[in-house]
Amino acid sequence: MSKPSVEKGIQFIKAQIDAPVASFFSSCVHCGLCAEACLFYTETEDPKYTPINKVEPMRRIWEQEYTVLGKLKSALGLSKPIDEATFKEWETLVYDGCTLCGRCSVACPLGNDISGMIRKSREGFAAAGYAPPDLIGATQRAMEIGSPMGVKLPAVKAQIRHLEEDTGLKVTIDQQGAEYMVLLSSMEIMNFPEYLEAIARIMRQAGKTWTIASTAFEATNSGIQIGVSDLAKVIVSRIVDAAESLGVKTVISPECGHAYTAVRWEGPNLIGRPYKFEVKHILEILDEFTKAGLIKTEGMEEARLTYHDPCQIARKGGIVEQPRRLLNKVASNFVEMRDAGAMNWCCSGGGGVSANERAEGLKLKAFKRKKTQLDELQVDTLVTACANCRLTLEEGLEENGMDIPVVGLTEMVADHLVEEERGS
Amino acid sequence: MEINELLIWARGPAFHWALAIFVFGMLLRLFEILSLGRKPDLSAARDSGVSGGLRTLFTRSLPRPAIFSREPLRILNGYIMHIGLFVVIFLYRPHIELFGGAWSGLPTGVVDAITAVTILSMFVALLMRFYSPVLRHISTSGDYLAWLITLLPLLTGYLAYNHLLLEYTQMLTYHILSVELLLVLAPFTKLTHLFSFVLSRWYQGYLAGRRGVES
Repeated sequence: MSKPSVEKGIQFIKAQIDAPVASFFSSCVHCGLCAEACLFYTETEDPKYTPINKVEPMRRIWEQEYTVLGKLKSALGLSKPIDEATFKEWETLVYDGCTLCGRCSVACPLGNDISGMIRKSREGFAAAGYAPPDLIGATQRAMEIGSPMGVKLPAVKAQIRHLEEDTGLKVTIDQQGAEYMVLLSSMEIMNFPEYLEAIARIMRQAGKTWTIASTAFEATNSGIQIGVSDLAKVIVSRIVDAAESLGVKTVISPECGHAYTAVRWEGPNLIGRPYKFEVKHILEILDEFTKAGLIKTEGMEEARLTYHDPCQIARKGGIVEQPRRLLNKVASNFVEMRDAGAMNWCCSGGGGVSANERAEGLKLKAFKRKKTQLDELQVDTLVTACANCRLTLEEGLEENGMDIPVVGLTEMVADHLVEEERGS
Repeated sequence: MEINELLIWARGPAFHWALAIFVFGMLLRLFEILSLGRKPDLSAARDSGVSGGLRTLFTRSLPRPAIFSREPLRILNGYIMHIGLFVVIFLYRPHIELFGGAWSGLPTGVVDAITAVTILSMFVALLMRFYSPVLRHISTSGDYLAWLITLLPLLTGYLAYNHLLLEYTQMLTYHILSVELLLVLAPFTKLTHLFSFVLSRWYQGYLAGRRGVES
């Protein structure tokens, strides 16, 4: 790869501009309503976080390169140039001040997909060399080691061994012809081993064959977060190659929001062809299993609890009803937050923000939005379905002295399985 | 030039030129968008992109409660302005005659009152642009230009109808000229959204539809 430069950044942004982007900029009337949808604006009240302002560099490039009027303005020396200073000024807006939660894209009366444009802008910022050092590091680790947190296969194997010793469950690696290939996120391997155990128990009860690929256990894709499609493609290709060579029918995306977006929606476009397998989020699988009677639950959580919709899974992924159906099977006191579902507020750590140490202070400010939602409810437990949300929520709650445990929905369902032995 | 000559010019050649520039300009803007094309989406669709696109054309005209509750005045004012402009342009009987339309329109007194309300809403919008930190931050000279060229026809129409400020023929002439200014400049300002909103809503709705998400 050639060295990063402003010219390269401009070229990369230019290459991202297509008819939808042009229609969005042509339509924007500067009504400012996107700001009201954005937790970085609502919690800081700093107008620079207005979502449409975050794509101003992209707008200038669009105007100068793709409109007659813009070309005329450039010829007359009336256009604002894009230079080092522009990239420097906007870097923190497109990375630190945006979690790609997509709320602005839903709020825009003109239908402008602003968060989609911020995601596209990042391609140019990364190419220009203006990306957060921590995301660059994570992406390098993903390329060299295979996981953004530097998790290697032995760590996964060790976790499997513990799990097999503790529970007597069996977990296979690289099992040819298994029906499902299960992906994990680094965070689940490092921080939430409960997830893998939950999967093993659920699959045993459902009587399904499943496996973990030694070459593609990691679901997260830092190439997507930093905005380098070439690397995102390499990372997603590992999963595609493994799934197709093992001949699995379905790849299960873990409780991780952006991993789902990466593998479910962006992946085929990155590799340039449709998959030969299906991709489903674990919540979709659990919902299918319970509907088909493959897994049965017993007992109810009595604690007052609520569900935090991960943005990439609900608003951008369309998985809204499934977690509610599942929760209503295992919890008797489930209450909804204000704006729950497709309009839920981000945890404040998505889109690479939680991995970006520099953004810590801003993230904690933005977390106040979640705090407000939770303060209104006074719950005992918070349930979610994204390891990154979970960690961000745990940190935010602790910072604010709020004693609310955060639980993954998959493990909550697994905890309520009717324990009857089935042949596995 | 005598005012009568100016009126004849404004009603004749000037109007035709302005209309031609408007049509050509808008087509150019739409061509600028569509000619960029887009890559086909290769991910497996959960639901129909087409029905999502069509649905979003309408749903984005409705207020979203989570946003409305934060900015009720701005959103209500937006409705008043847009509906007002529609009524004034398309339901005022002399306009309908000009368009050669067959619909009946509203009594002129009603349109007159609605014009006053619409003008008021334009000034409310301007004040918001001045005083809201977000709007001030993102506003450009283009926003004020678009505001001005939209206001002038409303204002001159209102003054002409009510025989205020200037003699009727004179004000009517300025009214027609201001409409022509609007027609000529609209394609080169954010007033492109008059047509491009169909595309932006469609594209967003299509994406959302394929994913089976609300839009």
